[in-house]
Amino acid sequence: MNKYLLTTLFGLGLTGSGHTLAATDDIEALRKQVSELSERLDATTQLFDNGSSSTPGKTTIGGYGELHYNKLNNQKDGGSDKKELDFHRFVLFFGHRFSDTVRFHSELELEHALSKDSQCSAKDTDSDGQLDSFNCPDKGPGEVELEQAYIEFDLNDRHRAKGGVFLVPVGIINETHEPPRFFGVERNPVEKNIIPATWWEAGAALSGQLEMGFSYDLAMHSGLNTTGYDIRGGRQKSAKAKADKLAATARIKWTGMPGLELAASVNRQGDLTQGAGAQEIAATLVETHAAYELGSFGLKALYAKWDMDDDGTAAGKDEQSGWYIEPSFRLTPQFGIFARHNIWDKQAGDGIDSEYKQTDVGFNFWPHDDVVIKVDYQNQTVPNGKDEYDGINLGIGYQF
Amino acid sequence: MIKALLLTLYTLLSASNSWAAGKSLSSADYLNIAFEGTPPAARMIWLSGKTREAYTRIMGHAPSRLRQAYWRSNQRSVWILETLGKEQLITAAFTIDDGRIHEARVLAYRESRGWEIQQDFFTRQFSDAALTEETRLDKRIDGITGATLSVRAMKRLARLALYLHQAMEAGS
Repeated sequence: MNKYLLTTLFGLGLTGSGHTLAATDDIEALRKQVSELSERLDATTQLFDNGSSSTPGKTTIGGYGELHYNKLNNQKDGGSDKKELDFHRFVLFFGHRFSDTVRFHSELELEHALSKDSQCSAKDTDSDGQLDSFNCPDKGPGEVELEQAYIEFDLNDRHRAKGGVFLVPVGIINETHEPPRFFGVERNPVEKNIIPATWWEAGAALSGQLEMGFSYDLAMHSGLNTTGYDIRGGRQKSAKAKADKLAATARIKWTGMPGLELAASVNRQGDLTQGAGAQEIAATLVETHAAYELGSFGLKALYAKWDMDDDGTAAGKDEQSGWYIEPSFRLTPQFGIFARHNIWDKQAGDGIDSEYKQTDVGFNFWPHDDVVIKVDYQNQTVPNGKDEYDGINLGIGYQF
Repeated sequence: MIKALLLTLYTLLSASNSWAAGKSLSSADYLNIAFEGTPPAARMIWLSGKTREAYTRIMGHAPSRLRQAYWRSNQRSVWILETLGKEQLITAAFTIDDGRIHEARVLAYRESRGWEIQQDFFTRQFSDAALTEETRLDKRIDGITGATLSVRAMKRLARLALYLHQAMEAGS
């Protein structure tokens, strides 16, 4: 091989090495750059992920509401039909977490869309020195109510205490009544008339988890105030509630199996008249229920009974009771049908026919888990001379 | 009546504190249990593209973070996820073996109602669950009366854990 060729080949070799070296340097520089960029990206992502969080703020807002259309014919001779469109409930929840173990929960409700004060005139019709007849011609149909407002403290992992205004731990619908969570446009008449849902009082309560799926609630709170054995009308709603005699509630619940809840509650009233009656009228409510969901099938059954002292004027109202049973079935996750049979009697302590019956059938449609459209048909059988409403109810409700 | 209530309270508090099931468990403790004392280092999966779409579809909202941590050893992965129950966060851990849930456990429950989802009788239902093509669980999970939102949250987290495990496997 001649010198020229050798020189050329040697030169090319040097040049190639130079190119290879240059390429290697480039690759090394690129590797270093990529590594640095990767570290910066990692740090930036970490910063972003640490800053963003799915933790809710300390203050939370929630609520539920429902619009009803009732098209009910009154079967009583001369009775008025009930044909109404009504925004029955507009409810807001406000909560605040003071710490991991202390929190506030509240529920403010507007019923029937319009609450309006009016000039009321009052009369003492029975000349006993007490005003007993009120005429408020311009009063709106609704009410603004503080249904819950309590501070809750975790005593440990299993037990908690609360003080304030809270729902009495009795029944099924008294504590769980957001529209997408139950069947039927209106709440069932047994819990409404007998328990009487929705029922809230002011006081203090303890609750917690026990062994083997049991849990408990103990509460001491304001009592009912009525002189006519009108349990539902006796709810003082924590509004300057008379507290001559307090009341107490105890509940034991078992949820040791998926889908099943068994519970029993006892409520004891020291004096329904809060000192205003000729004698103290003590009363006891006993309530028990079962709620079961197995796949698409659901079943609820509830029984409740009041026993009250009789001051001689009860005329059978010293005993009030009712029960219902409600099977349901979800044909699809978004569509479910139900039927409910209700029986209640607010004057069960005598032999006079005072029993009400109501059968409801209908369906719920959930276009979203938290939104529901409801349709049902109701049929009543009532004592002679009482309003008897049969017809259709439509409703739309939501929760968030 | 007050004395009786106080005595009942003392008895209840004394009797129930020894019950182990349902107590909060830290993530570190859970990982030690899941990986028999030698948990691997955490890795990250990006919540972007199709993974982000699937996350949004399953959870009902877009992810609030760019990446999700997980722990993996051989065919087992562990996902510690959080979501809102009714008002507070629920933290749950899912151990997945070969594409099926080996164990589901609630690590922290902060609501005052619906605590039953922490119990074994409820979480046991998730064992052996896998994901269908529609990203649904292939097993029925029975609910708890009065804890609908918490039960719904757990089901979503289970679906998400299974989906992320699949995405992780596809990425590998």
